[in-house]
Amino acid sequence: MEIKLTVNGVTRSDEVEPRLLLIHYLRETLDLRAANIGCDTTSCGACTVLLDGESVKSCTMLAVQANGRSVTTAEGLVAADGTMSVVQQAFRENHGLQCGFCTPGMVMASTSLLAENPHPSEQEVREGLEGNFCRCTGYHNIVRSVLAAADTLSPPGSSAGSAPTDATAGGAVRKSA
Amino acid sequence: MIPASFDYEVAESPAHAISLLAEHGEDAKLLAGGHSLLPMMKVRLAQPAVLVDIARVTELSGIRLEGDEVVIGATTRHAEVAGSSLLQAEAPILAYAAAQVGDPQIRHRGTIGGSLAHADPAADLPMTLLALGGSVEITGPTGTRVVGVDDFFVGPFESALQPDELLTAVRVPRGGSVRWGYQKFVRRANDWAIVGVAVYDGRVALASMGGTPLRASATEQALRSGASIEEAAALAADGTSPGYDFHADAEYRAHLARVLTRRALEGKTG
Repeated sequence: MEIKLTVNGVTRSDEVEPRLLLIHYLRETLDLRAANIGCDTTSCGACTVLLDGESVKSCTMLAVQANGRSVTTAEGLVAADGTMSVVQQAFRENHGLQCGFCTPGMVMASTSLLAENPHPSEQEVREGLEGNFCRCTGYHNIVRSVLAAADTLSPPGSSAGSAPTDATAGGAVRKSA
Repeated sequence: MIPASFDYEVAESPAHAISLLAEHGEDAKLLAGGHSLLPMMKVRLAQPAVLVDIARVTELSGIRLEGDEVVIGATTRHAEVAGSSLLQAEAPILAYAAAQVGDPQIRHRGTIGGSLAHADPAADLPMTLLALGGSVEITGPTGTRVVGVDDFFVGPFESALQPDELLTAVRVPRGGSVRWGYQKFVRRANDWAIVGVAVYDGRVALASMGGTPLRASATEQALRSGASIEEAAALAADGTSPGYDFHADAEYRAHLARVLTRRALEGKTG
């Protein structure tokens, strides 16, 4: 069937088989390779993308279920001029990655987490990333990265952090055309 | 892993979903969040010929008060149940339980109706509904019926829901001040309960202690007779039939049921 959706700010229209998984649509039809296929069983989170700003596992979603909706992958967090999002930058500065396989999923899950909870405690970050596995076990720096991104996006005591924000607020998600 | 081929239909209303089910018979399955069904389809444990997507039927989603009950639409997602200020005030055990399901990504997609229809004896929400003593609203070709939760779970992954029926809503009693407790024992993040216990107003429900979520009847009876929490919790595994896997054997599960029931009766969560 034909689906129409927005991927990283770009409107797409494609003919897909109903059984095509969203992750395969992103990686193979659109050649967006940031989201990875890890466990393929809704556990590891390597395939995490945003659906209307919320983190979802794209291995457990059909492309047809995204019809009419907005999908963001890690590629879509980068501005047109190549500037990384605050979350991506924080992962870089805090060495929040080792082999890098889980990183796109970690970044997307963290972006969604900070949109829902701009000032998470360390415990809340750990619980909020429960659905993402780092098999290098590099969790300490990943948590550090998310806390640093939270401070940058809405510094403690600033008015920016007092209200719930959507995923696009404070530069957590940059839309590129 | 790729599911077997199927036809995909989008339901526009509950009536439309029911007519699509009638048209396609037992080869059709309903799809909401897909977080129980799609994993089964990917490993070909389920191979429906037709998927009827009910996620776009807006009237099946939402949380509202109706008399002395809170009514939760079937396609309301776990994240919405967990974050609902209405449920946090009127049925806090359900909001808490929804926050224990899977992980954030799963809670952004999975639905309360899907979880109950899947009837996993290890899952959070079936056990919690059993403790709450709520009911399930079901619509089929001949009309609507309400099934009490004690009659809803009939076997492993099997409920009273018929193939031509649609679970439309879940009803739970209002009880913001009722004493409750919740215990879920897991070894890994985002896993199912090795044993789970939900306690609500003297009703004690267990997960992973048999083929369906179960009431700890002996414990409940003891509490009614004035037994102490310790005495009542010691009976929690009576009449259960836990299985075994690489996490736990039956004897260990029985032990966990007794310990976790005591903690849940003390009003603890975790």
